[in-house]
Amino acid sequence: MKQKPRVAIFDFADCEGCELEIADLEEEILDLICIVDIVSFREVIKEHSDSYDVAIVEGSIMRPMDERRLRSIRSKAKILVALGACATMGGINKIRNQWMPEEVIKTVYKDTNLKGNDLFDVFKTKAINEVVPVDYYIHGCPIDRDEFKSVITAIALGKKPDIPRYPVCVECKKIENICQFELGKFCLGPITRAGCKAICPTHNSPCEGCRGLIKKAETDCVKEVLERYKLSYEDIRRRCTMYNYGREECSVDE
Amino acid sequence: MSKDFSVHVEHVTRVEGHGNIILDVKNGKIEKLEWKVVEAPRFFEAMLHGQQYNELRSITSRICGICSIGHSLASLKATEDALEVKITEQTAMLRRLAIHAENMQSHILHIGYLVAPDLFGVGSVFPLLGTHRDAVLKIVKLHRLANEMSDLICGRTIHPIRLVIGGFSLMPTEKQLVKLKSQLEEARTLTTDIASIIHGVADILPDFTRETEYIALSSDDEYALYDGVITSTDTGKHPAYRNYQAVMKEFLVPQSSTAKYAKHARESYMVGALARFNLNNDHLHPAAKEVANMFGLKPINYNPFMNTITQLVEFFHSIEDSLYWIDLLLERGVREEKPVKVKVKAGRGVGIVEVPRGILVHDYTLNSKGYCTKANCIIPTNQNHANIQKDMEKLVPEILSRPEKEIELTLEMLVRAYDPCISCSTHYLDIAFV
Repeated sequence: MKQKPRVAIFDFADCEGCELEIADLEEEILDLICIVDIVSFREVIKEHSDSYDVAIVEGSIMRPMDERRLRSIRSKAKILVALGACATMGGINKIRNQWMPEEVIKTVYKDTNLKGNDLFDVFKTKAINEVVPVDYYIHGCPIDRDEFKSVITAIALGKKPDIPRYPVCVECKKIENICQFELGKFCLGPITRAGCKAICPTHNSPCEGCRGLIKKAETDCVKEVLERYKLSYEDIRRRCTMYNYGREECSVDE
Repeated sequence: MSKDFSVHVEHVTRVEGHGNIILDVKNGKIEKLEWKVVEAPRFFEAMLHGQQYNELRSITSRICGICSIGHSLASLKATEDALEVKITEQTAMLRRLAIHAENMQSHILHIGYLVAPDLFGVGSVFPLLGTHRDAVLKIVKLHRLANEMSDLICGRTIHPIRLVIGGFSLMPTEKQLVKLKSQLEEARTLTTDIASIIHGVADILPDFTRETEYIALSSDDEYALYDGVITSTDTGKHPAYRNYQAVMKEFLVPQSSTAKYAKHARESYMVGALARFNLNNDHLHPAAKEVANMFGLKPINYNPFMNTITQLVEFFHSIEDSLYWIDLLLERGVREEKPVKVKVKAGRGVGIVEVPRGILVHDYTLNSKGYCTKANCIIPTNQNHANIQKDMEKLVPEILSRPEKEIELTLEMLVRAYDPCISCSTHYLDIAFV
């Protein structure tokens, strides 16, 4: 029998909620460790090994010291997986990118002298693929546990994971949810990547775009929705900045 | 005895976030002893600036995955305070269930997955599957129940969806509540089993005490979690909730930490389950009091390692108190209530709740269009950092003659006992300099 892939899980700047989603697999973790060996997972395991095939990386990159650590992880891993919105696209950590790091630091630390202090040596938030090549993405804030399982299973089988390239609306229609626009709310479902089972609209809340904008967003559909519900383009742009700061133009303007 | 050694623990394991322990001993004398928080700062204050009132909850939920229900509730309370939104009785009841669900989820994760391996001398919960499979599966079952309860009330355990300004976007049905009730009743026996297993190994917890101040919400009516008055074991009640900064005085130690520290009447204080137990134990459900007695817990207990045990006590309380609210909801009938309508206006609001790791404050100022112009959050783990440092300073001289590995493990266990949530604590919203 082929050896099980050795998997290590790492985290950078984030809330660690996506790692927690892994812990929340409950009994299914036992199935997971049948197909992979988890050799490093600081949040739940004391032992650590530097010998691994697959690195799963959660969080955004904020500092040169984080960048160095990430490069070292990349150099040891055959496959690198970005886990969750902070890693895949910067997520909410990119909201601050509308200002220069010096401004943000001044807002928060006032006039404290932090020169030469590595801990506070911060640049604009980067997603993982802005520092090292990423092989696969597990989207969402937080990730969807079923999608995590299917991606890891594919990797363990040596296959390429399959992730949706259609919008949340498709899943919403399948479940037969009432459209959030119909209820007078503003929803990013038409331009956001599916794969979450439309969880927010299903709980009667609008999609906030946490899985990223789909490439070649169906702009006609978006325009139609905006027209029908008399919504402004400004609205869609501002809502896009919660998770997709700096990424909105490419998809919406096309 | 004179010896030279160093204990450098980089990124303490089985805690949320990145913290280091540094101990240097020369000729038997402590040269350096530091609890260092190295998590990357995340600048939430800047992130909230200019965001609309109805997006603050979604963003601040992302301060921390494990406490996201607590952050959501503190955020909603602050926004509702600023906009003078009055929630219904039913919303207040359902929010209490949400807090219990998160407390149970977080506490059992800490007890079962993060602390138990120390009590059984292993590195993680996985080896225990071989030696104590039955107990581990019981813990998994309780953890799953707490998550299912969160899913039912909040739509999702991590980053809840149904919690919105003025109420809930969707309500659980009576049928679902009846099912939850029977699951919680079933959990009683499981939890009792876990308590007796932990009791059997509890003597591994170091017998260490250091007098300090404890701060938590307290209430005349209940074991305060969702609502209450800021209370200290040193100075009593502080009812002026908007003036919370008079009690929680934060300061920065940039050379060793990207997180803020806090103090009040002394050089440090502690928040969390032990603080709540020390202040509010008379309001615990009898079933929870019984467990406290079983472990010989009496207020004021000054042993920080007992924080884990008080979490277990609170788990019992959360089961019973949840059953109380579910019964009341079923008796009244669950009403289809739309969230209370909001009128946007300028103002400042403060929301305070007890979350698994202690007292949490969100404070927002909104302009007349409902955009946030100023924000501040006081995070439980921040408030504990200084206390962890002070505990280490008293603990290390007491155990200095022991083998290095034992000293290292004891220090790690101390940090773990606080159940620190370091991602939370490096949120960096607002800094007060002292």
